[in-house]
Amino acid sequence: MTNILLITFAISLIYMGIANRLSTYINILALQGIILFGVSFIELIQINTLNLIFILFETIFFKTLAIPLFLNYIIKKNSITREAEPYLPDFISVVIITAIILGSFILSNIVSGIFIRKMFFLAALAAVFSGLFIIITRKKIVTHIMGYLVIENGVFILSLSAANKMPILVNLGITLDIFVSVLVLGVFVNRIGNTFEEMSVDNLNNLKD
Amino acid sequence: MFIYYLIISLLIGAATMLNRNRVVRIVLLILFLVVQTTMTIYAYYHLNEENSGYFKFDALGVIFLCVLTILSYTTIYHSYVYLKHRKDSIRSQSIYFAALIILIVVMTCAYLAAHLGVLWVFIELTTLSVAVLIYHERTPLSLEATWKYVFICSIGITITFIGIILLSIAIQETNIANFSFKAIPAQLINVNTSWLKMIFLLMIVGFCTKMGLFPMQTAAIDAHTVAPPPISAFISTTLMNVGFVSIFRTYTMFSHTPILKWMNIILMLSGIISIIVSAAYLLKVNHLKRMSAYSSIEHMGLAAIGIASGGIGYFAAIFHMILHSFVKASVFYQIDQFHRNFKTYMISETGNYFNRNKAGAMVFLIILIAITAMPPSGLFITEFWIFKALFTSSHMFIFIAALFFLTVCIYSLTKNFLFILFNQTKDLLPAEEKPNSTETYTQYFLLAIVVYLGINPPEFMINLLNDAVSILPK
Repeated sequence: MTNILLITFAISLIYMGIANRLSTYINILALQGIILFGVSFIELIQINTLNLIFILFETIFFKTLAIPLFLNYIIKKNSITREAEPYLPDFISVVIITAIILGSFILSNIVSGIFIRKMFFLAALAAVFSGLFIIITRKKIVTHIMGYLVIENGVFILSLSAANKMPILVNLGITLDIFVSVLVLGVFVNRIGNTFEEMSVDNLNNLKD
Repeated sequence: MFIYYLIISLLIGAATMLNRNRVVRIVLLILFLVVQTTMTIYAYYHLNEENSGYFKFDALGVIFLCVLTILSYTTIYHSYVYLKHRKDSIRSQSIYFAALIILIVVMTCAYLAAHLGVLWVFIELTTLSVAVLIYHERTPLSLEATWKYVFICSIGITITFIGIILLSIAIQETNIANFSFKAIPAQLINVNTSWLKMIFLLMIVGFCTKMGLFPMQTAAIDAHTVAPPPISAFISTTLMNVGFVSIFRTYTMFSHTPILKWMNIILMLSGIISIIVSAAYLLKVNHLKRMSAYSSIEHMGLAAIGIASGGIGYFAAIFHMILHSFVKASVFYQIDQFHRNFKTYMISETGNYFNRNKAGAMVFLIILIAITAMPPSGLFITEFWIFKALFTSSHMFIFIAALFFLTVCIYSLTKNFLFILFNQTKDLLPAEEKPNSTETYTQYFLLAIVVYLGINPPEFMINLLNDAVSILPK
């Protein structure tokens, strides 16, 4: 079951490569939140109940509901156009993300020793690199945040693979989630929308020598 | 004890945030400084004791805590001067000071953390609290810099977190994984070396965002450009020390494994490339604060080289960081006064500072000597030790390259500082207000410390430094 969920997660990354509209990105993020809820439920069922409830609450409430709704609100409020405006054609994006997944497949086969769980490592690595790829190839500031959220989902999966013995790591990952999201989303996107007309990366090149 | 410190200072921070009265604010700030000083003294007299579970007063942490406490006095004073001249609203002043107090507390925790996870959390918190301060001027430019700083630091800290998770996976073979710095080295004995290399690399990349070393130096540079000068002084000294402490602790953690040589190569490369990058940018830089920021990058590169070459280099690197903190802080305090005099940071639009503000110009002149490591400055002796360590560890190529690019840096810094001080070819508008020489006393004080520590380092400091490097392989 975990494997099926993780494979779905990897497929959602490919879908992110061809998605055109910002709302599709948001839906994919919500879907990933549900997948993470499932994975953490199956994996962490033995740990301390209170901690489990906390983690499950974070995935279902924070990742699946709060952040997507908030992103939607930001997009409406700043009247951001609904296209993602990638620098690359969709076809190439898909090819690159597939290559990333293939590369993480090979890499996780190489490094998987006795202790690493291959499937988790694969999904996490693919998510981290796809997130970085989305950050560099999309024009809008809001897609930067989405790429960052994909990276965080990847890190969350990686921390789940070590969670049976060290649940504290998952909690640390959640603090990362919450701190950064609150700051980045809450404060800056509102401000950036007010200061710069077009919320595009092209506004962010005034600081130079 | 430490937990009480945390609670009291966070309460003071909250009170500063809510308070709108000028006199009460000053009282709160003085109260905070008293608490901070008490904590520092307590930590010094309880060396190597664990406290409140996740914190430990070890030598490395206490050294940098002392530096932080000294600099928090001067930074709070200069912040006060800075805000008085800007005529900001009372509300934004309250936010400024509250964020400053939180930043100091968080950095104290990061220095003293004895647990990898705790260190990581507090490094993340430094990013958040300093972001508020960088954004203080509320201009589009400061928004851009804050955005870049927060984003790059968040990605860096995420990469570090991946390293920490991989470390936990790697040491899970031993039954109970314990993440305190004391317990990790014993658990690393059976771990595969290629894993260790990967973990070290990931962790270092993340910490480099804080220290301003090569792969991630850009965030700090942009933040310097727009941050209020007293905050720039913090970003480039105590915050970089946070990065240094975390890199040093990571290095210590792995130093008894077979990857020691490989780690040295990585740090050496990172250091020398930082020096090359800063030398290249210093040649064409025209913004006074960016110039100082690049000079910080250069010194961080030297410290990294010091660690990488081993032997006396460890000792020299820590000493270098201490002295660099005092010099660089005084640079930024003086830049604040300089900016009020000229209303610009652009070097080419200024000049003849000697006639406009004698006391401030003397500070710049002494800083020039101190920062280029000319003999009365303490940095001379630490750079000498770093190069000695490079020489004895037979890194001849790095030795020559570092000397060459350091010469380029010295040339650019001297050229720009002398232009500011003595160039009389421009017709400049007279300054609106008469410069106040009492504002320069702190800088003379800090620079005097630099000279004094170089000539006659006190016994207790040498002991602390020796204690800090004692666990490392000779």
